[in-house]
Amino acid sequence: MRLTINGVRRRIEAHPMKRLLDVLREDCALTGTKEGCGEGECGACTVLIDGVPINSCLVPAAHADGTRVTTIEGLGGRHPLQRAFVAYGGAQCGICTPGMILAAVALGPKPTLDEIKVGLAGNLCRCTGYSAIYRSIRQA
Amino acid sequence: MQPSISRLKLFQPSSLDEALALLRDEGPLVPMAGCTDLYVALNFGTLTDTRFLDLWRLDALRRIEARDGALSIGALATHADLIRSALVRRRLPMLAAAAREIGGVQIQNRGTLGGNVANASPAGDTLPVLAAADATVVLRSAGATRRVPFTEFSTGYRQTVRRPDELIVAFEIPPVRGRQAFRKVGTRAAQAISKVVMAVVSGDSPRIAVGSVAPTVVRARRTEAALASGASIDAAQRILIEEIAPIDDIRSTADYRRRVVANLLARLTSGASG
Ligand SMILES: Cc1cc2nc3c(=O)[nH]c(=O)nc-3n(C[C@H](O)[C@H](O)[C@H](O)COP(=O)(O)OP(=O)(O)OC[C@H]3O[C@@H](n4cnc5c(N)ncnc54)[C@H](O)[C@@H]3O)c2cc1C
Ligand code: FES
Ligand code: FES
Repeated sequence: MRLTINGVRRRIEAHPMKRLLDVLREDCALTGTKEGCGEGECGACTVLIDGVPINSCLVPAAHADGTRVTTIEGLGGRHPLQRAFVAYGGAQCGICTPGMILAAVALGPKPTLDEIKVGLAGNLCRCTGYSAIYRSIRQA
Repeated sequence: MQPSISRLKLFQPSSLDEALALLRDEGPLVPMAGCTDLYVALNFGTLTDTRFLDLWRLDALRRIEARDGALSIGALATHADLIRSALVRRRLPMLAAAAREIGGVQIQNRGTLGGNVANASPAGDTLPVLAAADATVVLRSAGATRRVPFTEFSTGYRQTVRRPDELIVAFEIPPVRGRQAFRKVGTRAAQAISKVVMAVVSGDSPRIAVGSVAPTVVRARRTEAALASGASIDAAQRILIEEIAPIDDIRSTADYRRRVVANLLARLTSGASG
């Protein structure tokens, strides 16, 4: 399959039913994408396909063929959302953070609190109680 | 961790005709749409099937359009497509409302209407809406097209009349007269004990459909008839409670559900947003 990951075009040999999550972590060594539940409930594995957030634990490799995939590595480390999560305590253990940040990226600039709550409803966090996450996104 | 996938075979047709020919010649194959149900089972190792048919690239099945007065929604339309569609919001707002309550955005971006219906879970959120809207399920095989009234599509818990060589290609919804309302009570995680889903059309010919209280969605025809002939809401509530027969796993649970259903009927017919 051929796809563009974080702006880089790649050719990958993978079973078409391999989870995109495993393609990223195993075949591309992009381990920033985390596995939480493996059943679509927690959002830790969220990445963007053509700019749209999806759970990579539920997406077969075949469905990523020919698309543009963005993972947390693609934000480069100095993205305003990444800096805000550090500055405002949006990350504690960090497992949910890559997924949270990518779901927030998909909201575009300056989302309202309601937009943030709807956009992040599929992302669970066991540590922060969410308000620090919402604050980080609003301050980014 | 995903269990071993090397034994799995995926057919990847590039057109609907090719997909239907594969179903006929290579079947039985499990159709694969947004995978939000299938991959949960696959990741858990509970899926025993080994041969799959990928529908995701069949863009012709994604269309939402008005055709011959009816609203036609392709089976592959995602919940996000339904929420975004001006046509759906105008003609079938209760379907947009149901789609908005499904999972989080990641699930809405992949899960499809066809998958929700084909899955035939009693807790499927779009099912009461399609039942109350008098929708028709359009099924295609290599040889033929078949139209089945939605209320006859599911025959029991996770059972449907779809034949192995058929795909759901679309849903057709005639114009709906009257005010539409949708409400889901209880979370999915708690669905086994407390979920109730209800879609109501109020007006001259009221329509009421309740999900998650029986193995399939229930159209409350007697309650509808009572309301149409001017019954009071109290009387209608009593008829509805008799009519739906909630899954009676634990006594108090059934009682709780009957109360929820009765309250929802009052709220959804009175115009409150629920
Ligand atoms: C975290 C999470 C939350 C969820 N929340 C909800 C919720 O709140 N409400 C709700 O109703 N559902 C919910 N679901 C279930 C699921 O997302 C929906 O049922 C979704 O609509 C399924 O669509 P899909 O395209 O992903 O189906 P798939 O997983 O691709 O397929 C499901 C079944 O349908 C069959 N199928 C799919 N398309 C066709 C077709 N065109 N013709 C014939 N057969 C077909 C498949 O063979 C399979 O048996 C949730 C799932 C997850 C993981
Ligand atoms: S790991 Fe994918 S949603 Fe939890
Ligand atoms: S920071 Fe630990 S789960 Fe969110």
